[in-house]
Amino acid sequence: MRGSRSNRKMELRGRIIKKGNAEGTALVAKSPMSFFGYIDPDTGVVTEKGHELNGKTIKDAILVFPTGKGSTVGSYALYRMKKNQVAPRGIINSECEPIVAVGAIISEIPCVDRVDIGKIKTGDWVRIEGDKVIVKEKQ
Amino acid sequence: MKLSKTEEDMLNGHMTPGEQKAMEILVALGEIYGAEKMIPITSAQVSGVSYKNLGDAGLEFLKDWAGSGAKVKVPTTLNPAGTDIENWKNLGISKDFAEKQSELIDAYKAMGVTPSCSCAPYMIGNAPRYGEHVAWSESSAVAYINSVMGARTNREGGPSALAAAIAGVTPYYGLHLDANRKAELVVEVDCDMRDEADYGALGYIIGKKIGSKVPYFRFAKKKKIKPDWLRTLGATMAAAGSVALFHIEGVTPEAKRQSMVLSYAKKIEVNDLREGYSALNSDASDIDFVAIGCPHASIEELKEIAGLLKGKKIKSDMWITTARKIKDSAGSLVDEIEKSGAHVVADTCMIVAPIEELGYKTMATNAGKAACYAPSHCGLSVRFGPLKKCVEAAVTGRWS
Repeated sequence: MRGSRSNRKMELRGRIIKKGNAEGTALVAKSPMSFFGYIDPDTGVVTEKGHELNGKTIKDAILVFPTGKGSTVGSYALYRMKKNQVAPRGIINSECEPIVAVGAIISEIPCVDRVDIGKIKTGDWVRIEGDKVIVKEKQ
Repeated sequence: MKLSKTEEDMLNGHMTPGEQKAMEILVALGEIYGAEKMIPITSAQVSGVSYKNLGDAGLEFLKDWAGSGAKVKVPTTLNPAGTDIENWKNLGISKDFAEKQSELIDAYKAMGVTPSCSCAPYMIGNAPRYGEHVAWSESSAVAYINSVMGARTNREGGPSALAAAIAGVTPYYGLHLDANRKAELVVEVDCDMRDEADYGALGYIIGKKIGSKVPYFRFAKKKKIKPDWLRTLGATMAAAGSVALFHIEGVTPEAKRQSMVLSYAKKIEVNDLREGYSALNSDASDIDFVAIGCPHASIEELKEIAGLLKGKKIKSDMWITTARKIKDSAGSLVDEIEKSGAHVVADTCMIVAPIEELGYKTMATNAGKAACYAPSHCGLSVRFGPLKKCVEAAVTGRWS
């Protein structure tokens, strides 16, 4: 990769939930996330009080979080964000559950799970390629 | 996962885009849950119908999926909508809401789904037989058909049940497999079980305690259990926890045929239902709304309600929710009930209708499930007790 001399680069592997390629800046949460009720579907801004990403936008990020939670309507909510162009470019989980899996599939957002997400930090540059996750550390 | 030729073709886009999306969903879920293959289903029940819950997000997606040519391959029924489709005006539902709701139902209809709008389709023609594999996503119906009818379904979400209906198959894991249908817990109930509210209170206590595990009930006082009581037991366990299957000694079909208790099953004793009643009751005394029919009322329940309301006028508003097919077949019962001022409401229920927009603050109900959800989902203070007490509250406007 160009310009990677000063940045540490690593390659992680996971399990494909929605096949595809995506790249962008990582936005990392340590606690579970719900796309329904806790993220504004028109802006992509997290509105969950007490959540570490509260106030941040998921738009165009590679969104990294352990697993999903909450209502099954969350799958549809992610689809709406995609149509509103405020969805994340890719999703990486420790363990994907059905709400996020179905949401990623219907919204055509590349999604990988069983990744050691402790190795990714907010601001890192991340590329998802099928089951491969390439991480370039922020300087 | 091992897929058949047809399933591979769907997944690889050799059939319609709608089928490809359906198969992608099913394969992903199968991988997550470790299913070795798909299994054909004979029916589906799809939740995610109320515009209150789905909003524009769900509406857009369902319209797009229908637009991609997706059609269901097996008989598929629909959960309750956000309003009575024919009678929304009299209930105070806004025109905008009613229109969005119709659009949603039209999208399902375009895919070949029967717009039955009931959480109890097993009472109106979608009744799976013993041992049949199906994909259902209404939690109370999942508990009922698994437990009381001996059918086999996991607790599907709305999109995965619809995907299964479109593909005609579901991933083979969880409650489709014999090994997962045995009870990990034995619940010994020593107290008297008098009515549906007692089964709701018991359902709450057990649901909270066991989450998604399979319980096996032994009732010390042998007394005939009405089917409606089994419905409320399952519905409340599915709401307070995520129970999808239960057995009752000498009552449910699998428990009658073979031992359904695992050797290492733990025992829970219940001698008292107070814990359930106190959790489901607020201290509200004035009642402005009484809601009966969660799950949707049966003909037997409509008869009982008509009997209790005979010659009375009610003070608070009262809904008795049921399937349109049951309302249509109830004949003079509907008039007898409505003479009191109560509404027999079809297609919807107190949880998925926009109750919070109708100005109610307090609700009385005999349904454990409704009592679980109404405080958070509709912002109501709830009183929970047997039907007779709920009718009294409707007549006097007070819970005593």
